[in-house]
Amino acid sequence: MNWVELASLIPLLLVASISVILLLLIAFARSHKLTCWVTCIGFALAAFWAFTQMGNTTQQVTPLLIIDDFSRLLGTVVLLVSLACAWVSYGYLETADEICEEYYILLSLAALGACVLVASNHFASMFIGLELMSVSLFAMVGYMAHSKQQINMTLEAGVKYMVLSGVSSSFLLFGVALVYAYAGTLTIDLQSVAGGPHLQSGYLVVGSALMLVGVAFKMSWVPFHMWTPDVYQGAPAPVTGFLAAAVKVAVFAFVMRWLMMAQGEYLNVLLLGLTLMAVLSMVMGNLLALRQNNLKRLLGYSSIAHMGYLIVTLAATAPHGAAALSTALEGAAIYLITYACMTMLAFAVISQLAAKDRRFETGTLVDYEGLLFQQPLLAGSLILAMLALAGMPLTAGFIGKYYLVLVAVDAQLWMLLGLLVLGSSLGLYYYLRVILVLCKPPVSDHHWVLGTSEKLLLMLLVLATLWLGIYPTPLIEWVQFAIA
Amino acid sequence: MQLLGIIISLLGGGVLALMMGHKSPVASRWLSLASLLVASIFYTSLWLDSTNSLSTSLWIMHTDWPWIERFGVHLLLATDGLSLVLIGLTLVLGYVALLSAWHEINHRCGLFYLNFLFTLAGVVGVFSALDLFLFFVFWEVMLVPMFLIIAIWGHEERRFAATKFFIYTQASSLLMLVAMVGLVLLNQQQTGLWSFSWFTLTQTDTSGSMGMWLMLGFYVAFLVKLPGLPVHNWLPDAHTQAPTPGSILLAGILLKTGAYGLLRFVWPLFPDAALAFAPIAMGLGVLSVLYAAKLAFAQNDLKRLIAYTSISHMGFVSLGIFAWNHLSLQGTLMQMVGHGLSSAGLFAIAGLLQQRLHTRALDQMGGLWALMPKLATLSMVFAVAALGLPGLANFIGEFMILLGVFQIEPWAASLAALAMILAPVYALVIMQKGFFGMAVGDKTKALDLNARELLILGLLVVGLVFLGFWPNLIFTVTAAPVDSLIHLGKGG
Repeated sequence: MNWVELASLIPLLLVASISVILLLLIAFARSHKLTCWVTCIGFALAAFWAFTQMGNTTQQVTPLLIIDDFSRLLGTVVLLVSLACAWVSYGYLETADEICEEYYILLSLAALGACVLVASNHFASMFIGLELMSVSLFAMVGYMAHSKQQINMTLEAGVKYMVLSGVSSSFLLFGVALVYAYAGTLTIDLQSVAGGPHLQSGYLVVGSALMLVGVAFKMSWVPFHMWTPDVYQGAPAPVTGFLAAAVKVAVFAFVMRWLMMAQGEYLNVLLLGLTLMAVLSMVMGNLLALRQNNLKRLLGYSSIAHMGYLIVTLAATAPHGAAALSTALEGAAIYLITYACMTMLAFAVISQLAAKDRRFETGTLVDYEGLLFQQPLLAGSLILAMLALAGMPLTAGFIGKYYLVLVAVDAQLWMLLGLLVLGSSLGLYYYLRVILVLCKPPVSDHHWVLGTSEKLLLMLLVLATLWLGIYPTPLIEWVQFAIA
Repeated sequence: MQLLGIIISLLGGGVLALMMGHKSPVASRWLSLASLLVASIFYTSLWLDSTNSLSTSLWIMHTDWPWIERFGVHLLLATDGLSLVLIGLTLVLGYVALLSAWHEINHRCGLFYLNFLFTLAGVVGVFSALDLFLFFVFWEVMLVPMFLIIAIWGHEERRFAATKFFIYTQASSLLMLVAMVGLVLLNQQQTGLWSFSWFTLTQTDTSGSMGMWLMLGFYVAFLVKLPGLPVHNWLPDAHTQAPTPGSILLAGILLKTGAYGLLRFVWPLFPDAALAFAPIAMGLGVLSVLYAAKLAFAQNDLKRLIAYTSISHMGFVSLGIFAWNHLSLQGTLMQMVGHGLSSAGLFAIAGLLQQRLHTRALDQMGGLWALMPKLATLSMVFAVAALGLPGLANFIGEFMILLGVFQIEPWAASLAALAMILAPVYALVIMQKGFFGMAVGDKTKALDLNARELLILGLLVVGLVFLGFWPNLIFTVTAAPVDSLIHLGKGG
């Protein structure tokens, strides 16, 4: 490894150093504010560095990590989501009856895992990244286990996430082992090793199917979605935001890379599996969300549906010309980024509300009645997030949806397109339900005042959601750059 | 530039009204009125410019700025005579709706006027966006404020009605998005260029089965908005539950966006498919006319009754558009304007009655003529306008549509002409049940119209009579654009 390679790893090193610095800091002086500041600054620096490196040459750092524009762009997104998550966690943990400094160590480790995952083109580094992220998340999901405020829901969520994550990891590992048994290598670029005609082996097909199952757990694709609503509901709201935005971005980035390298029979198996899961996710996610009464649970099902939509872009990568392929990848990346933005907005609002009153995350939608007239900023942001998730123009969600339609029409995936239209129409119902609840006459008194930093975060996320929707040209250019 | 002036003054007025609303509801009302006035000044200047340049150019280009270069999306705003007339209707009904909101809306005024003015701005955008992407943006965005108007200030079943309204329109517009993208990709394959511009896409070759599917995507979206059978179901609920200004906006303007879409997009973009599909569309139009007229007769809720009459009138619009000749299209435009004015009048009356009697049920009314002679007289005018009395705008519209349709499909015109019997039935039922006969219960406290209310209704009556006697005011402006549309729609 030379200096240039090392320099390209700086964002990863920065994130890793956050956790070390925090460990030392906590040992010497416990201060919630300082811990949070260090975390936020670390994420911001890392994101800034990763983003400004875009356009530099691609670096393969050891066989494990590849630092190209794709990993720089999506790494930036992951880090920005982590930054928002750390920022919003401050207010949330301030009102918790729990020691809170260690939380940020876990968060920075999870972010590090996500960044590794984004940059991996090797099954070993993929597994390391995934596990680093998941293991930190077990603890984060169950972080409030001893808190009197959330009773037993959070513990249930933590255990559920841990067990199912463990199961999925073992599937993944077994799949990797089978592929290794066939190819004798762990790189995802099997072609360079094994050569095209031989990619028909049963080992490879079964192995990739098993790996797909492992990945599908993390992406909560139906039928591997069972954990999603419970964990979304039980986890502390900022953690749910991280799960819904950063984890999905990181895992999906790896899936994209993996699929680009696959060919032949092996690719067909992956695409068949993905298409099946797309159909199920779009239908089930939307149907199950219809009658949910807890907002986090509702968003859990909605994220299942959105992950289903996301597969449509992957299904469109089936070989039919280079132009269509690059449009499909562009669509996938843009959908992923816009989704991360609007989801983080929704969970930032929920976290800030939950910081004032835990009922907002554990209770039903009734608690949100009339919020528009008592907390216009928070409720307005939530309405914007809902409209964005529903895909209204002038919000980030529409650009994502436009790309989905474009990619699907281009690849003539009429069946998936039909389900997409059906699913989004169903989806309107529950997004509108949330908006309607916010517009009802107020029942309870929610007259607290938001702090400046909370307002600032909300404004930034709102602006990002609107900016991506109103003037998406820069985003499109970055993404085109990243997938070139 | 005048068009941007109209849109910006409406949007700006809305934001200001919201900010003032906290301190003083009265101020937010006057501010909204002021922003409508400013918009009208811009509009007058636009009208003068357009009528002066009528002989030389069809279009007035307002903006053509690049927006999303990746797909050749432009902020392309342009108006021709057709847009001009409809934007005018939008502003006139804006005044009517605003004045009818004056005392009816008395909580959360600032937010109401924000939504109100944003709806108007969205509709103006729909009528002038000539880039399909931009059109779609306006098309969807105008829904949200309308949804909130119904959901927050509506009557008993407002949330249900608002959700139904939103899902119907949004789901169908998703189909339009798919069709739009399909069309753009088709054009891209033919020319190698990305463009959403109407002027470019009308040159695309859309013959073949693909063209038919794409046309259907657009048609369904516009049919829902129009609304026509069999996707009309949202309208009775939305109109009944909306507050009076909301009903006026919905019936008067929002329905016209559906008709405008059929005129501007379906035929010019897909001439072959539209021609092949025309008999079916006209059949659905006839069905709408007759079926909705029959349903209107059976209603007891006054607003619901008026809502069904709207569906019936929009059936004529559907017929006229799919006959696609000069006579029928001019008639369609006149029908759109006439229906805009008369349905706004009827909904305003329904609102006034509900304020006074606290009911919309016709069987709770009766004998109102003696108590409220002014209101009753004006109701009579709007009722006979709706049934198509010669001398009022609606008659010109319906008559020309029937004439035009008869040249193409005599059977359709003959069947639709049966509405000349059904329309008087439902229109006179309003008068008979509501205003004649014996009074039900004690209504001595019901007051007749005050000056503001007289002003609203008077304005509408003047408009109806004026256009009934001098329809050329509109026809001279729309003749050239209609001819050019017909030319495009004939595959030229």
